[in-house]
Amino acid sequence: MSVLVYIENRNGKFKKSTYELVSYGSRLAELLGVGLNILSIGNVADDELKSLGKYGASHVHRLAADMSLDDKSFASIISGLAAQTSAKVVVMAHNLTGKAIAPRVAIRLKAGMVSAVNGLPVLVSPFVVNKKSFSGKSLVQIEISSAIKVITLSQNTAGMVEKPSNVIVEDLPAVSIYPATRVLSTEVQSGKVLLSEADVVVSGGRGMRSPENWKPLEELAEVLGAATACSRPVSDEGWRPHHEHVGQTGKVVAPNLYFALGISGAIQHLAGISSSKVIVAVNKDPEAPIFTAADYGVIGDLQVVLPKMTEAFKKLKSGN
Amino acid sequence: MNILVCISNVPDTTTRIKYTTDQKEVDYSGVQWIINPWDELALTRAIELKEANPALIQKITAITVGKADAEPTLRKALACGADDAIRVDASGVDSFYTASQLTNAIKDESFDLILCGIESSDFNGAAVGGMLAELLDWPSVSAVSSVNIENESVKVTREIDGGKQLMETGTPSVLIVQKGIALNPRIPSMRGIMTARTKQLKVVPAVEAAAQSHILTFAAPPQKSACKIIDAENLDELARLLHTEARVI
Repeated sequence: MSVLVYIENRNGKFKKSTYELVSYGSRLAELLGVGLNILSIGNVADDELKSLGKYGASHVHRLAADMSLDDKSFASIISGLAAQTSAKVVVMAHNLTGKAIAPRVAIRLKAGMVSAVNGLPVLVSPFVVNKKSFSGKSLVQIEISSAIKVITLSQNTAGMVEKPSNVIVEDLPAVSIYPATRVLSTEVQSGKVLLSEADVVVSGGRGMRSPENWKPLEELAEVLGAATACSRPVSDEGWRPHHEHVGQTGKVVAPNLYFALGISGAIQHLAGISSSKVIVAVNKDPEAPIFTAADYGVIGDLQVVLPKMTEAFKKLKSGN
Repeated sequence: MNILVCISNVPDTTTRIKYTTDQKEVDYSGVQWIINPWDELALTRAIELKEANPALIQKITAITVGKADAEPTLRKALACGADDAIRVDASGVDSFYTASQLTNAIKDESFDLILCGIESSDFNGAAVGGMLAELLDWPSVSAVSSVNIENESVKVTREIDGGKQLMETGTPSVLIVQKGIALNPRIPSMRGIMTARTKQLKVVPAVEAAAQSHILTFAAPPQKSACKIIDAENLDELARLLHTEARVI
């Protein structure tokens, strides 16, 4: 019996969220008193796989296949290894891949599934997990009653615990796949901090007044090594691209630090940012609801405050 | 070509969520019900595609799993432009239960394309579309932000971590859609509301399906402590607090 964790890589490298997922799997396996198996699909070098040992990985299965698999093939590989390793729990990240594939894996394994789980289970027998519902307005405890469970883990909710282990890498035999969906072209944003991975997010709302005013916001993001984001009206107006929209119907983010600049704080926006560790709000309206969600607030005009804020952080970063 | 759009009947997104006194259920009294925002965009795109090519797309069907009180939401889908509707007479328990009901309800129908929103704004399961595809043994593409149909080929854009991909899929397929799929949700016209009354809304009985998970308790998220207001003239103080007190930079 085991816990199986499926991990992703970007160009052969793992991200912080991967280590978080491995550490989670390792602690979950310990709680259940079972072993841990990791599945990595793609071309990842031995050294990179061995780096997972820092967080408790011992047995890593590598399938050096093309990552542009279709969802069905992905699910069949993951559920196949789950069956082979007698997995009791299959863990994936709650990201685009997890959303696409975990439901298929659950059906294949006749497993109950809960997505966007927060942290380790409350109980393992019965198996009870925490998650948010109503887009962050409510917390629920859910019992999964099936013998096999599939969960996707919300990023930044489990932390990382070091547990040095020796890693054995085992290569899985190549699989023949007849994909029903085909990738025609791929467009990758270059040189920018990804919103889904960012520790710091700088987000602008209608209070920024016009798309031309985004320059100072981008300067602040650059100083902080942050990703840029926006509220719904801003993406609806076409001031910023849709993939930057944070909120209930856009992206749900969980950075360490979130800047809400000129965002009034509609309930739908708060739903997308409520998992942030620290929220800083700047708004000229002291009554704006964003201040009920924020940890630190500045009341003032962004045109004046934003450049000064950037200067203050520049000073801090340069150690003056 | 026939398109099925899966609709979830959810509380309006501005609803303040209340619970029963034992915290085991949501208190839905006074709640306004709407089409789940992602499903509404999926429906809008299906209608746009049919309007652009009525010779190719014959019919759009809206389906939901819900009791009779979900019918006004289905009627709204008909008023927006769906041709007919199906209601599976059951209360959803978990994603597997809902996906099983959908699979059963359409087993004798012939759909070429199924559109589902990527998640529902109430239980945020993000699983029904993928489960439905697997139960039907159909291909699926998730995080779809645009869809176009050329002959029998379906071209979609999907978001990937840090970018996007243009993909091609055949029929039948399940498309799990997100924001961007349609710009603004379709609002029913007066004529749409009138004709919706006469459109077919078929009620299908539920089948036996064992839910594999259930909610034990609800709770409100912990209250945030009061916001610390920093003087706009002293932003060095903000930088200092974030560094030494919050320790996030």
